Amino acid sequence: MSDSIQERVLTIIANTRRIPLESVRPDSTFEELGVDSLDRLNILFDLESEFDIEIDDEEAKKVQNIPEMIAGITHLVEAKAKASPES
Amino acid sequence: MQRVVITGIGVISAIGLTRDAFWRSLVEGRCGIRTIHSPDFEQLRFKHAADVEGFVPEDHLSAKELTLMDRFAQFAVVAAKEAMAQSGLELTSAMREDGAIITGSCIGGRSAEEVGYRELYIHGRNRVHPLTIPLGMSNAGTSHISMQLGIQGPSYTISTACASSGHAIGQAFHMVRSGTAPVAIAGGCEAPLYFGNLKAWEAMRVISKDTCRPFSADRSGLVLGEGAAMLVLEPLDAALARGARPIAEIIGFGMSADACHITQPSAEGPARAMRMALRDAGLAPEQIGYVNAHGTSTEVNDRIETAAIRLVFGAHADKLAVSSTKSMHAHTLGAAGAIEAAASALTLANSIIPPTVNYSKPDPVCDLDFVPNTARAQQIEACLSNSFAFGGLNAVLALRNYA
Repeated sequence: MSDSIQERVLTIIANTRRIPLESVRPDSTFEELGVDSLDRLNILFDLESEFDIEIDDEEAKKVQNIPEMIAGITHLVEAKAKASPES
Repeated sequence: MQRVVITGIGVISAIGLTRDAFWRSLVEGRCGIRTIHSPDFEQLRFKHAADVEGFVPEDHLSAKELTLMDRFAQFAVVAAKEAMAQSGLELTSAMREDGAIITGSCIGGRSAEEVGYRELYIHGRNRVHPLTIPLGMSNAGTSHISMQLGIQGPSYTISTACASSGHAIGQAFHMVRSGTAPVAIAGGCEAPLYFGNLKAWEAMRVISKDTCRPFSADRSGLVLGEGAAMLVLEPLDAALARGARPIAEIIGFGMSADACHITQPSAEGPARAMRMALRDAGLAPEQIGYVNAHGTSTEVNDRIETAAIRLVFGAHADKLAVSSTKSMHAHTLGAAGAIEAAASALTLANSIIPPTVNYSKPDPVCDLDFVPNTARAQQIEACLSNSFAFGGLNAVLALRNYA
């Protein structure tokens, strides 16, 4: 499951920056990928839609790199699954 | 070239429904930000704003007039009438014919459109209110002021996001200085606290988690507010000839574009606008005693504005008082420049510098004298009022004490 979350996060980053998926790796830095503050906003927006979650502003500010982003999304997705066990 | 003075000020804001109440709050350091209890706010990640509490439109306008005005236009007319009353100006027919009205609004009456969209998209109706267009247009404030006061000269509205009314006052200053207009009403008006717009700001992720704390290390974003401020501008000679008492003099105006990024500011753009205002005013940086900062309380604005002030003022930056009154009336977008120009003029006239409230923790990258939390009695020769917009458009006014 965490693999698929990782894959989906990387895809969203690639789509936002309009760059090939192969060029976005978990160890890429946001700087290397040219992700500026507006790209970050767009990525957060697309992540919320993709995973049907809500990302808190203050939590989002703490995210420094892609593994932290994946961990944060994984945490929110698991919390959501716990809150609604039928889905 | 005429010298241009402010002879009347009208303000309506979360910290006062009149100019005098507004000024008292600024001196007391009273913050107008509060938790809003409404169904709209229950669907938002943030719960606070600086709304104009206790405003009763019927106290100022007839039922017939009110049906034609969205909230932002009501604010515009009420503030303009207060400014005119203070000026004591009796408009001659020549003044009516050539007088100017220039207002700034970022959003205008778009809340009227939202009401219509709810009808269309939620309630399944196939029509909207017939006044949606005249209520929603951003120039409605200017138009209603012109009808109320009978002023018929150059009149329009400027929309440069958070710098709108800084640009508006600057343009009016130019017109009165050049002799194009014998009098001008200039300012800004905004009523942005409606659901669709609140959601848009939520999505920008720039709203504070608690309150507006400009330049404080624990700041986490801006807080939205509503309100208006209008100024009456006249040539100094004409004001003195009729026995008026000028509140302050406008002596310079600077504008620039960052030409850089749609939301990320540069330090050089605002610095160029400040330098241009100083040059226009014929002032040396050392003559400025106070800067009313744009100071939105976002991480980026406050850091960049501090850097810009250092670029312009060099060593004198450490002798300047700098405060953000947004910490009290919050960010009123298109009205911000006018509310802050009013605060700046009153600062000069009263020799009291309003504080930056909610300031709790010094930030090493914001290392100026921000007049934290308590107003300061100090005579100021001249000051700047900064307005910087998303999109990198900057407007800076220079004002001088007229005492």
